[in-house]
Formats: sequence, structure tokens, C-alpha cells
Amino acid sequence: MAPANVRAAQAPSADRRLSTLVRHLLPSSPRRTAATAADTSATLESFPTMASQGSSSVFAALAQAPEDPILGVTVAYNKDPSPVKVNLGVGAYRTEEGKPLVLKVVRRAEQMLINNPSRVKEYLPITGLAEFNKLSAKLIFGADSPAIQENRVATVQCLSGTGSLRVGAHYLHPQPTWGNHPKVFTLSGLTVRSYRYYDPATRGLDFKGLLEDLSSAPSGSIVLLHACAHNPTGVDPTIDQWEQIRQLMRSKSLLPFFDSAYQGFASGSLDKDARSVRMFVADGGELLMAQSYAKNMGLYGERVGALSIVCGSADVAVRVESQLKLVIRPMYSNPPLHGASIVATILRDSEMFNEWTLELKAMADRIISMRQQLFDALKSRGTPGDWSHIIKQIGMFTFTGLNSEQVAFMRQEYHIYMTSDGRISMAGLSTRTVPHLSDAIHAAVTQLK
Amino acid sequence: MATLSRAASSAARRPALLPPRLLAARAMASSLFGHVEPAPKDPILGVTEAFLADPSPDKVNVGVGAYRDDNGQPVVLSCVREAERRIAGNLNMEYLPMGGSIKMIEESLKLAYGEDSGFIKDKRIAAVQALSGTGACRLFADFQKRFLPDSQIYIPTPTWSNHHNIWRDAQVPQKTFTYYHPESRGLDFSGLMNNIKNAPDGSFFLLHACAHNPTGVDPTEEQWREISHQFKVKKHFPFFDMAYQGFASGDPERDAKAIRIFLEDGHQIGCAQSYAKNMGLYGQRAGCLSILCEDEMQAVAVKSQLQQIARPMYSNPPVHGALVVSIILNDPELKSLWLKEVKGMADRIIGMRKALKENLEKLGSPLSWDHITNQIGMFCYSGMTPEQVDRLTNEYHIYMTRNGRISMAGVTTGNVACLANAIHEVTKPN
Repeated sequence: MAPANVRAAQAPSADRRLSTLVRHLLPSSPRRTAATAADTSATLESFPTMASQGSSSVFAALAQAPEDPILGVTVAYNKDPSPVKVNLGVGAYRTEEGKPLVLKVVRRAEQMLINNPSRVKEYLPITGLAEFNKLSAKLIFGADSPAIQENRVATVQCLSGTGSLRVGAHYLHPQPTWGNHPKVFTLSGLTVRSYRYYDPATRGLDFKGLLEDLSSAPSGSIVLLHACAHNPTGVDPTIDQWEQIRQLMRSKSLLPFFDSAYQGFASGSLDKDARSVRMFVADGGELLMAQSYAKNMGLYGERVGALSIVCGSADVAVRVESQLKLVIRPMYSNPPLHGASIVATILRDSEMFNEWTLELKAMADRIISMRQQLFDALKSRGTPGDWSHIIKQIGMFTFTGLNSEQVAFMRQEYHIYMTSDGRISMAGLSTRTVPHLSDAIHAAVTQLK
Repeated sequence: MATLSRAASSAARRPALLPPRLLAARAMASSLFGHVEPAPKDPILGVTEAFLADPSPDKVNVGVGAYRDDNGQPVVLSCVREAERRIAGNLNMEYLPMGGSIKMIEESLKLAYGEDSGFIKDKRIAAVQALSGTGACRLFADFQKRFLPDSQIYIPTPTWSNHHNIWRDAQVPQKTFTYYHPESRGLDFSGLMNNIKNAPDGSFFLLHACAHNPTGVDPTEEQWREISHQFKVKKHFPFFDMAYQGFASGDPERDAKAIRIFLEDGHQIGCAQSYAKNMGLYGQRAGCLSILCEDEMQAVAVKSQLQQIARPMYSNPPVHGALVVSIILNDPELKSLWLKEVKGMADRIIGMRKALKENLEKLGSPLSWDHITNQIGMFCYSGMTPEQVDRLTNEYHIYMTRNGRISMAGVTTGNVACLANAIHEVTKPN
């Protein structure tokens, strides 16, 4: 079987989470980053450590993995002594004061757990906390979802969005063999391809390209879709476009795998942000759904998420769930208890649920406000170019369209930190820092082309 | 964004996967997953399910792999409750680094390698936080597959059933080595040593550091030394799964003896640590994987690669359990409380072993039950046959796994006489 090939997503639209998954599924070169073209000479280079000279260690030839590019941004930011530095690489919500936020309702849930002496720390079942699973499915699919009422949904608690994607991918296809010799690289039948998504010219959706690429996908292919607030571009299809995508996919029997990491966090409305998913469920078809509570409940490090598989029948859903257990058990046996307990505590109580929706909307509103403020600031400076994509894009990230020279310039001259693809985290902005950022963008755009 | 499409299946696929012809299914009404078979139930977890479904007031669950107090209740340690009180309302929930909590890792290494270990000072240990013992073993298995693709793993017979699943899913070929001696209900030491000698040089071995699961049979200190010596001769790689440090003898230092012997002998080891039992953190999935390397630079490289394996699995490990562990181990008062509590758990188990054996002897059982007190840790390999186990369940409402493994954690002063009586009844010669 030919080794799999990746046609890298056009550089600025590289999806970090997906590329992580892709790197897992494919022969990976440790030096490939999101910004470079696909490296088909996928080998793990080895260079000697001191130990490898006459070494008896089995790990002597092992090379160090490259630094995570986003982590590198924060590392550089931390080292910078400048008082005006701004970190726009951060993928976590920050308050107006630039601080991490634990939601009040989460603190309440924490206290309830602490104060309940009968709470124990026993193993969860392999599929996780049952109540959490039910409530999560209701949250994304809607309480009145026919798929839920017909018992056609198999839901398992997983480790946030990444864990849900991984379990889903492993279920669809087992982990491929891999090693650090090219000749050993085989992929048992899985090919990964890209479809066009981001249009750098418009800084919007390349809808025509998307439809063309999906049309030419082989029947039975699995298509990864961001439910809302596409990461890293912030560019989402409109509802009409989603409908066209849905029709095309169903007609070609393409299986949707949704990644929902920002429900409620994008528009401020849980239902609105779930529309794309619910549209696909409403037609009675099947899909996979990876759900994360990292951002919308601020539970980042607790690793709370769920994988749901909407199946053709209740009977199939039961069997699918049993198979998912076979994937999970040899990975980590059963999922972590704490975060799921917090989520279940909040979702099951209507008063706490309401409190959560208000805090969630406040986070989304602050982000939307930052977008507006940045756009207004650039307009008032007369910064050349069309910056409307800042307010058209949605979610935590904006793909500014700045090139890597401009990004480097902004880092050196203005102490602004972002990833070299020009992606900024709106969560890292505040009313106080918007002027500084817009000065930096203005300078970069006018002085460098 | 990407599409994933499926081509021809390979022989390595599990039966759960759809055969290629199913990709032709077109109608929306038919399911792409219609061919999925129901998976077999997990043999261990199925026991508890059956127990819960039993209405008998006399039922006893000695299948459970979790500690119970003398009232048969699960326990949250006081040191854990205190640590959680300090966390709630105070600490945030930001992402941990990919490799996990540095503090938790540091304390874990001290426990396993020794408080004053030179390897820690020299920064020679590559270590990452892992999802309890399972997660640590899986990371190592995946690491083995990726960087030592020609290697296999030798797994003891018997072992915790999930070990087989872990290395299978990592696609590392497995072999078994002799371990348990059914006739003596002890260690088949000569069989073990033969397997070690006959394995190809440089083989990888999975060793239970203490309190072997499911047999409770551990090598003596002298036997460990001989094993270590033979490993040196054969240049074998020892991977220790240590799920019961402190929980076995009551003394964490003593329970790490096998590891320390291998370290003294100059082996480079791998080690999976779990806080599920010894800190009662089961569902929090708190553990650590460590690999002793030749030097600091190699340790940095190995750690970076372990992180690369963890990242597409779950990005970064869960923070809560790690906070509990590091708060307890970093605070001298809390740590000393923990040591007391873990000794308390171990002592209760040891007490129940004595009581069960004495009860059987009092009942006049002609069989030898020395193995009950010779074995160590949570489990006792009783030597009962599956048929005898079935009788225990059906006639006496006693639940355990069909390999005759008794979880001593489920034994209490309240049920030990009942249990002894039932065992005596199904095992007495006719």
C-alpha cells in the first residue's frame, strides 16, 4: 500500500487540531509545521546525543521532537520584559484584565462537590459519567432531538475535544502502524486529504472550492467539519451554505465528523451555535460529534468532552457503544471524574444552567466587542486594506491576513506575540491594549508589504 | 481541513471495522455502522454489574478492584479531602503542559526512584504525567512501537487482562513468560528464569513492581536480585508497572524495592505509576510514566517524544488529580497523613488475609491455605476453578472473577466467616 500523502491545507488555513490528528495518523516529519508545505520525505531524523557515541541505550538514536509552535509564542512572550507586551497566541479566554477566568457557576459546582461527603472517587464506567453523557447529547443535539428520543445516539465521555476526536478516529480506523523507518511506514488503508476552505483573497470562505472538493471525494469518505467558530480562521459557512453542504454530503454518502469546541462561545447562543449540527441530525442521517467544555465552561485542564455517534437505529447505537469501549479501555481505561462531575452538576440544575448561559454570553460578548473595537481602531487610523473580516469572522480567533514578516516586525517593534500565520486570539485583547495592537498593525501594513 | 477516506482494509484491522463493501451502502435509511458486532463484556467489570443486579442481602463482592473499608464502603482519604478543600475556589483550571504537572512528576519520581536519587539530580529521567496506570502503560507501548518498532513485549502469565489489550492496540507483538505456579500457588521461579534466559537478548519485559495482579505472588528480594542479574546478562529492558506502591506492604519504600535493585544494578528502566489505589484517586486518572535515560539530553529528547504521543490522544492530561497528588506530597503534614492512611489500608488487607486463612483452618479444610497470607496486595489467587467460582456465585452470592481471584479489599470482619464457609463448601473433597 502506498504511504499516505498529505496535501497540506493552504498555509493560513491550517487547522492546528486537525494537523495534530493528521500527524498522528500519518508518517510525520518532526520538522513540519503548519506553515510549511507537506513534507513527503517523512522520516524521523536522528542526530546523535552525547550518549549515542558508543552508547548501549536503546534510545540512543532518538531525536528531540520540535517545539510546539504555539507554545513557543507564549515562551517568547514570557521572556519579554516590555511593559507593553501583548500575548495574542493564547488559546484560552482571558478577562479584560488579561487573567484566566473560572466561571462563578463552576466555582459553585466545585463547592457543592466538596461539601457533599458522600461523593467518592471510584472509577467511572469506561463510557464515563452516564448523566454527563445524556446531558451533553441534549446540549448539542437539542432536548427534543429525534435522534435522542429514538435512542439512536451513542455518547461516551472523552478527554475534551482532542480525546473525542481521537476515540472517534480510532473507532473508524484503528491506529496505524508507524515507526521511524520509511520502509516500515504503512497506513492500513487510511488516506487523508484536504479540502479547500479559507480564501486568503477575501479572508472568507472558499465555498466554491469547498463544494468542488467534497463533490470529488470518494463515497463513504469521512469529512471533518467545525460546528462553529472555525479554528484558526474564524470563518464559518452561512446557514444556507451549510444546507448546501449537507445536501451534497448526504447525496454522496460522506460521513460528517463534527468538532464542536465553541458551542455558545461563538455567538453567545448555545442553540444558534449548534444549528449546523442539528441540521444534519434532522435529516435522519448519521454523524460523529466531538464536544468540548474547555472553552465554553472554562474547564480547559480538566479535559472534559464527549464523543457522540448518531446511528441509523437504536440497536446499532448499542453495538457502537460497546465497540467504543474497546477503544477506550486500552487507552486509559475510563475517563477522569472531576470535570465531568462539574458539568453534570451545572447542566442538570436549571438555575445553574441559566447562570452558565449568562456567563457564557458575557465571554462571547467581550470577544465580539474586541472585534468591533479593533476594527474601529484600524478604520480611524486609516490603515490601508479591508479589515471587515475582523468583524465578520467569529469565535476566539481572527485570521488577520498579516504575513510572517509583518508578524515578526510586530513582535520586534511592538512586542505583540502571535503565531506566524497571522492568527490572533481575540481573548488576549482588552480595551486597554486595542490601541497598541492597531498601531502595530498599521505600522506593519504601511511599512512592510 | 481534511477528509479521511478509507481504502482496502488490512489484516490488522479489528472485526469492528466495516468491510470495504459496506462503503457502497447509499440509502440514508441504512446505517454505515450496521455491521458492527456487540463487543464482549469486560471480564472484570462485568462481575460488579452482576453483583449490583443481585437482590440477595447476603451478597459479597470480592471482584471489585477498589479498596473498601471494614464496612464495605469506598473510602476517600482524609489527606485527599483536605487537598481538595485547598483547590476548590482557589486554583484555576488552565491547561497543563503536554507533559503534565511538573510538581506532580517530581514527587512521583521521588517516590519511585528514591527521595535522594542521583538520577533525579542528574535529570536523567524522562517523565510525563499519564492517565493513571493504564495511560502510562499505553504511552510506553506506543513509544515502543514508534521508536523501537522491531521490539516485542514479554508479559507474565497471568497478568491484568488489560495489559494484553494495551500492547495489542499499540500494535507491539506480545509474548508471555512463565510466572505463576498453580501447584504451589506461588512463583514458578525456575520457569521464569528459563524464559528470561531463552528470550532473545534485548527483549522488553513487563514486570509488576509489587503486589502482582491478579496472583498476589511477588518474587522475594533474593529472587529479584537474580532476575536483575540475568537481565543484565541478556541486556533485557525492564518495564515496571507499579500500581500498588505503599498499598502492598504499607511501606512505599519497601514496595519499591524491586525497582531500586534494578537501578542499583545499572539498568535503564521504564516505570508506570498509578495513584488510583494508594491515594484512592481511582476516577481522577492520576499517574506517571518515567523512562531512565543515559543523560539529561537524552531524557529531554525522550520526554519530548512522549509528549508527541500524548498530544494526539488527549493534548494534555487532567489537572485535578495532579493537583491533589502534588498538594499532598509537597506538604510534609499531608504527606505524613497519607503515609499513615495508606498503611492503614494495607494493614486492614493483611489482617483480612490472616482472618480468612484462620477461618478456613478452623472449618477443618484439609487443603493448604498458606498462599492467602503468603500472597500480597489487593488480590489473592485462591486456586479455585471456574466451576467452583460459579458455585460460589450461584449458591452463595459471592462475586469474583472466574480465575479464582479474590479481592481482599472486599473482605470485612462482617463477611469473612461467610466467605470462608462458602469457599470451604465448594472446595472440600467429596
